[in-house]
Amino acid sequence: MQVLKIATAGSVDDGKSTLIGRLLYDTKSLTDDKLEAIEKTSKQKGYDYLDFSLATDGLVAEREQGITIDVAHIYFSTANKSYIIADTPGHVEYTRNMVTGASTSQAAIILIDARKGVIEQTNRHFFINNLLRIKDFVVAINKMDLVGFSEEVYNDIKADFEKLMAKRDYQEQKITFIPVSALKGDNVVNRSENTPWYSGQTLLEHLEAIDLQDIYNEGTPRFPVQYVIRPKTDEFHDFRGFAGKVYGGELSVGDEVVVLPSMTRSKIKNIYFYDEEYQTAPRRSSVTITLKDEVNVSRGDMLVKVGDLPTIDKQLTATVAWMDAENLTAGSKYVVQHGVNKVLAKVDAIEHKIHPDYSGVEENVDALEMNDIAKLRLRLNNPIFYDRFKEHRTNGSFIMIDTRTNNTAGVGFIE
Amino acid sequence: MLEEIKTIEAEKRLDKPRANALEHEAIYIIREVAAQFERPVLLFSGGKDSITLVRLAQKAFWPAKIPFPLLHIDTGHNFPETIAFRDRLVEELGVELIVRKVQDSIDQGKVVEETGKYASRNILQTTTLLDAIEELKFDACIGGARRDEEKARAKERIFSVRDDFGQWDEKNQRPELFDMLNGQIEHGQNVRVFPISNWTELDVWSYIQKENIEIPSIYFAHRRKTFLRDGLIWSAEDDVVFRAEDEAVEERTVRFRTVGDMSCTAAVESTADTIDKVVAEIRSSKISERGARIDDKRSEAAMEKRKQQGYF
Repeated sequence: MQVLKIATAGSVDDGKSTLIGRLLYDTKSLTDDKLEAIEKTSKQKGYDYLDFSLATDGLVAEREQGITIDVAHIYFSTANKSYIIADTPGHVEYTRNMVTGASTSQAAIILIDARKGVIEQTNRHFFINNLLRIKDFVVAINKMDLVGFSEEVYNDIKADFEKLMAKRDYQEQKITFIPVSALKGDNVVNRSENTPWYSGQTLLEHLEAIDLQDIYNEGTPRFPVQYVIRPKTDEFHDFRGFAGKVYGGELSVGDEVVVLPSMTRSKIKNIYFYDEEYQTAPRRSSVTITLKDEVNVSRGDMLVKVGDLPTIDKQLTATVAWMDAENLTAGSKYVVQHGVNKVLAKVDAIEHKIHPDYSGVEENVDALEMNDIAKLRLRLNNPIFYDRFKEHRTNGSFIMIDTRTNNTAGVGFIE
Repeated sequence: MLEEIKTIEAEKRLDKPRANALEHEAIYIIREVAAQFERPVLLFSGGKDSITLVRLAQKAFWPAKIPFPLLHIDTGHNFPETIAFRDRLVEELGVELIVRKVQDSIDQGKVVEETGKYASRNILQTTTLLDAIEELKFDACIGGARRDEEKARAKERIFSVRDDFGQWDEKNQRPELFDMLNGQIEHGQNVRVFPISNWTELDVWSYIQKENIEIPSIYFAHRRKTFLRDGLIWSAEDDVVFRAEDEAVEERTVRFRTVGDMSCTAAVESTADTIDKVVAEIRSSKISERGARIDDKRSEAAMEKRKQQGYF
């Protein structure tokens, strides 16, 4: 069974939690005891319908205020796929939370309130999904029950959204519009009789049809070394295995590789996964590799195929989404974590701030606040081995860690 | 030995099902812990989730041994089958087992035993755990919690930073992006790490089935002296569970779906006596796993509260 990770986005009260609750309910994924708890609490609160958001809003403060504060991960399966939904909050901290939720997702659902249509925040949601190269996403036009299931309203919103689509720089993205009522269950799992004018798939039908092979395709093989395995037992006296995860393509026994940064060449001798030996390590497998030659490899180094080198540099330009309450200022220093490799970095320049509502850029900026997105130039104390984010999701991204608080303060997409 | 290892077509086993994707993700996380921290430990309860973790850790570092000890916070109310199982497992693995007892915390007057019908030592574990972390200076504790277990768990990061009081600040968690896990902490803080965050109960069972992992016998259907309370079936084999005079003991065929402290873990009526039958049963179950954990039913926010106090 395949796993599909989905991020949701929408403004406060657009009904994200309700939509997820509805998906769980209509796919019969809610167990009796959970359903009972929802019924009980809904009744206590005096609602005349089941409040499905209670299935996902897990924190006291969330239930008190009826809003989602932090990303929750929700699980359900069908006979065909297994789903992980990152339910990201839509209010104040939208940018940082959305980036967090979307970074590990292959698909996204943007909710629009049919009564409000495309609003400023919709632009941001779309911008971030583009920035993160989310390949498949659904625009769920929700609360159709409150606009009398009007085809005209739906078409108007769709037309507005299509204007936005013209502005994106990631044209390969697949966008699907679906009119839904999360509260009443129209077109979420079950086809609605209230929208005879809509002939497309329901939300679940669409999700079921997404081809994951296509989505996972993320570039050429990169093998960042996480850990060096040296058993030093009688049986494995000379064993030196390099443990890590394969990103991008595949690596096979016999492949000629270059060890970065030493640039030493060798050949892959064995690929192990536990006590089994493999000819090929596919994408995203956590294997252990041994090399033909006695070469010096440590954590943070990277194995790549000969003739397929990434950029090796102490300078880089990246689009950064700032996530910390402490501002970023030009000239300040951070730890840059690129994969499992850490280096010190200095912000050489903030080139410009980007308005995620597609209204352009702002020059002469000397600080970034939480949720700002900007193009930065960074100088590193040691070179890293990177690809452009557009070509390699994993090897083209990094996080910035505040050296005083140790907080993950920002995320960067390398250009 | 190495020559004897069988070569298997990679695509056949490595690239396909959900279980594999989750397994590779978990192994990556466990390796990050070993690499980023000085004194990591694996929290071992003897339950299916921590047994799964142990197998994943074995895989992560093979052919080397697991490079960190196991820590068992012994409530003193464990199922005897679990303790026997635990001791055999560490013997086999050749890893260090550290045991800290809730009874000692009680004797030292640090915690007070609950009384009454719902008395449980589950909450008391937190103090013993925090003391052990401080005493042994662990900077990372690997735990088998899953996000599908409970609503507050669903909010937890994979690397979850706790302050030097062991507390979780649920409103101020570090963002976690792509595969990059930030384990930088200040002296005194520690990180709780949850490698099987994205697994569901069924994933764990399917994995145990696929890997042919041994688990304590209480997970399989057996005859047991039990009594009923609040619609749940409780073990009457030992005297750690409070039982009122009018709560009659009856033998039933039951199994345990989750194995916590005996005093807060109810059994379910079941005839599933093999792993295949257990997987089939979970697949068709209409009750969530934690439906049988009375400590979660104390209030809507029971788990969140315990986590804020340092519960793992």
